[in-house]
Amino acid sequence: MTMALLVDIASWVLLSLGGALIFIGGLGALRMPNLYTRMHAASLTDTMGAMLVIAGIMLQAGASLATIKLAAILLFLLLTSPAASNALASAALLAGLRPDQGTIPASEHSE
Amino acid sequence: MTILFGVFLLTLLVITALAIVRTSHLFSAVILTSIFSLLMAANFFLLDAADVALTEAAIGAGISTVLFLGALALTAEHERTTHVLRLLPLSVVAVTTLIMIYATFDKPRFGDPEAPVHQHVAPWYIEKTPEYIDIPNVVTAVLGSFRGYDTFGEVFVVFTAGIGVMFLFSARPGNRKDSQRQATAEPGQGLRHYLVPRVVGRLLIPFILLFGLYVQFHGEYGPGGGFQAGAIVAAAIILYALLEGETQALRVLPLRALSVLVAGGALLYGGVGVAGILLGSNFLDYSVLAADPIAGQHLGLLLIEAGVGITVTGVLLSIFHAFAARGRV
Repeated sequence: MTMALLVDIASWVLLSLGGALIFIGGLGALRMPNLYTRMHAASLTDTMGAMLVIAGIMLQAGASLATIKLAAILLFLLLTSPAASNALASAALLAGLRPDQGTIPASEHSE
Repeated sequence: MTILFGVFLLTLLVITALAIVRTSHLFSAVILTSIFSLLMAANFFLLDAADVALTEAAIGAGISTVLFLGALALTAEHERTTHVLRLLPLSVVAVTTLIMIYATFDKPRFGDPEAPVHQHVAPWYIEKTPEYIDIPNVVTAVLGSFRGYDTFGEVFVVFTAGIGVMFLFSARPGNRKDSQRQATAEPGQGLRHYLVPRVVGRLLIPFILLFGLYVQFHGEYGPGGGFQAGAIVAAAIILYALLEGETQALRVLPLRALSVLVAGGALLYGGVGVAGILLGSNFLDYSVLAADPIAGQHLGLLLIEAGVGITVTGVLLSIFHAFAARGRV
């Protein structure tokens, strides 16, 4: 087996795992009962999903400028998505949405 | 593969568009509009139109969403629903759709090199850009120099839109007078008490500004230019306003300075054009700006892109502040 093939296999494994995690995150965001649990599910997409996909693309790109750009994107994502989740959760709490409410907020029933 | 992905993205676009029409919850509609723009940007990128994709992502998905949300704070959350079946508009839309679908039968295939659009002036631009302007990004050459009039017009559309919004918002009396009271009011404080967004945001703002400058001045070599850079810089300052409070942002960049930016950018663009006339050539001909025609073109492009960026930043920030001030009173 050549080196290139190994790198290719590793990259595809990472990409598939990342894709699977993003899918699970999306499913969770759809099916979970309230905002906080939905955010919990969606955080899979932001963190591990994005990390695995970007790592997979980095392996495809090899040692090039694209890899450095991807690393910068990853750093940006790791900084911003937790901060955005934090802001969203505190906004929800501030708006009076309690974490122990197990049901979908009333506003979404009306659709 | 490209075709497949394009069809997938276009299908998502249609679904999003239908969802925007169907929903009566305005907040959902705004977020869906943002998603629509992001999909559109991905679609443009797929078609190798990186410059347009960048503009769409920065302005369509980014700033417009913020402005829509600002407008939403002033109105009700739900659209008033009417259950009247309007036959006339429906039939007009249906007939227009049918005509447009019929018109697509005559269009050349996707990516066809024999298509009229690739046979008309495009080959001339691609062939002559290295000779006349000598920059790698032909899009910038076309927008800035060959078709400088059109871009000039676009800048003035942005300029006029900004003036229009400011005019509309200043119509309400007593809006700006009691700034002293607002300075101490709670809503102007931003997210000062929230540690995580504040720390991360402050960390990011310098990099966003740096990226804006990169997009501004790298536009001759890669995708980018004044419109995109203006939106990015405005986004950085809006982020600052959200974090530190609007009053603090206005202290850094007061409304007076914003008006100077709005008018100054457009004036700079026009001034470069007039300088061309005074130096004995045509309006917006940059070749005469320096001893060497190519260096003149470079100088002209740099100046007009700076003008575009300044105006776009000024207009977007003015509109943001107009909405923010209106929501507080």
